[in-house]
Amino acid sequence: MQIYLPIAEVSVNLFLLLGLGGIVGLLSGLFGVGGGFLITPLLFFIGVPPGVAVATGANQVVASSVSGVLTQFKRKAVDVPMGLVLQAGGLAGSGIGVWLFNRLTVLGLIDVAVQLAYVILLGTVGSLMLMESLRAIYRARRSAQIRPRRRSHHHGWVHRLPVKMKFRASGLYISVIPPILIGMGVGILAAIMGVGGGFIMVPAMIYLLGMPTKVVIGTSLFQVITVSAFTTLMHAITNQSVDVMLALFLILGGVIGAQIGTILGGRLKAEQLRILLALLVVAVALKLALDLLLPPSELYSIFVERR
Amino acid sequence: MRGLALILALICAALPARAAMEEIVAGLSHDNIGITAAFNGSEVLIYGAVKRDAPEDTALPLAVIVTLEGPAQRVTIRQKSREYGIWINSSKVRVSGVPSYYSVATSGPLESVLSLKSDVTHRISVPLSMRAFEGPIEVEDARPYTAAMMRLREENGTFSVHEGAVHLVEDTLFRADFSLPANLVEGDYKTRIFLLRGGEVIDTKSVAIYVRRVGLERWLYMLAREHAPIYGVMALAIAVLAGWGASTLFRLIRN
Repeated sequence: MQIYLPIAEVSVNLFLLLGLGGIVGLLSGLFGVGGGFLITPLLFFIGVPPGVAVATGANQVVASSVSGVLTQFKRKAVDVPMGLVLQAGGLAGSGIGVWLFNRLTVLGLIDVAVQLAYVILLGTVGSLMLMESLRAIYRARRSAQIRPRRRSHHHGWVHRLPVKMKFRASGLYISVIPPILIGMGVGILAAIMGVGGGFIMVPAMIYLLGMPTKVVIGTSLFQVITVSAFTTLMHAITNQSVDVMLALFLILGGVIGAQIGTILGGRLKAEQLRILLALLVVAVALKLALDLLLPPSELYSIFVERR
Repeated sequence: MRGLALILALICAALPARAAMEEIVAGLSHDNIGITAAFNGSEVLIYGAVKRDAPEDTALPLAVIVTLEGPAQRVTIRQKSREYGIWINSSKVRVSGVPSYYSVATSGPLESVLSLKSDVTHRISVPLSMRAFEGPIEVEDARPYTAAMMRLREENGTFSVHEGAVHLVEDTLFRADFSLPANLVEGDYKTRIFLLRGGEVIDTKSVAIYVRRVGLERWLYMLAREHAPIYGVMALAIAVLAGWGASTLFRLIRN
């Protein structure tokens, strides 16, 4: 069954859209990532113009994140104060990111910048996570008898910074400066790469802030909602590229996928979740790296400007 | 007397601008196409007849060519090349008015029914606008870019040539069927009908087809254009409601 999308000006299969939304929703519920790094390329692939894909992807991320975060709230797995601090940084970063995006566009470097950003970030984050989780599993296997000692947090420079705040759900008493900076960094990248930024946020919260894995996903979703809602609104106002018809069907598939993902996520072990996410991120990075390195089958591409 | 008529006919054939003895009378199956949410392409039938004020002169073969052209769009054609070991879009050519859709139907093989000169004059096989480059051309030769655009458009069905798709009956009646694709762009579509004899154009007709969004599609499009902030808030509201609704629904199912 075909459906004509009013803004994208293409006719696509309804079930294809539901399926795409479902896959991305599943990832969202499972890992706490918005799935923007997958939905945008997938939409390009089915013929949706890039501008519409980026903007509508952001809208879909809002829905799947809302769905996911409510479930996480019920599980008390959201650190609200931490989320708010990250959001403050995220909105500032998003503003800077939009400015940077426009600068790069003027210089004609945006395509390369986006592709390289994807490869470098996803590659680094993915490999680090993969190594870390493999090491954790290896350690757990070797010392199966001995109860793993709670990691004593090292009092480095992070703990000497001022404006400390108590984050009860995370069991942390740290300065708000690192979370704000992380939120800002993710916000900048999110605006340039057209994603929610969960895939950078999740490892940053685990490895840089030392937050426990069980609150990381909920808190990340909570933060992603605000940033992607802001992005959606900016796109709708500045370039009218949000297609609600497209979003609606992606969302319908996505919310179902997100629920299944959340249920599955509750059954899998934290290490397994991390390995799966790491593998996925590495796979996407490899695919994008190959696109840059291998001679393409089609040298030319056509881009239709929106009126 | 008969000799004189023959000479006259020959002159008419050779100088198409002067007193065309053969004229096109044409019609469309519908001149309005509404794009609804369930829009899945549309069939357009262009039909007509050749009107003559004298008996037909069959010395040169008669042919009909029908073209259908979508609204013009600004297009950037980019080429990838290897820079510092990676493949990136390195050069581009901008064309200001490429038709979103272009289809040519002929009553016979294009080379035999259309002379090169007529093609150049009337821009039948390739619309003129496809070569209207915009801004400073950064590349030495823009031809490979246009060729690539035509090839890519042919692959996705928005540019096509159908030889023999015009049915010409008794050198008088003709019909051409076009099936417009589902990814149709809104706007005014132009139909051109060419009557040719011996490869030269002796008469042309142009008819417009209006393609418009209707109903919900139109409402959403207008809202997005004219009231962008409201549209944006609506998009977010739908997203939040759907997310909340699904979450609540699943909780109810599980309990």
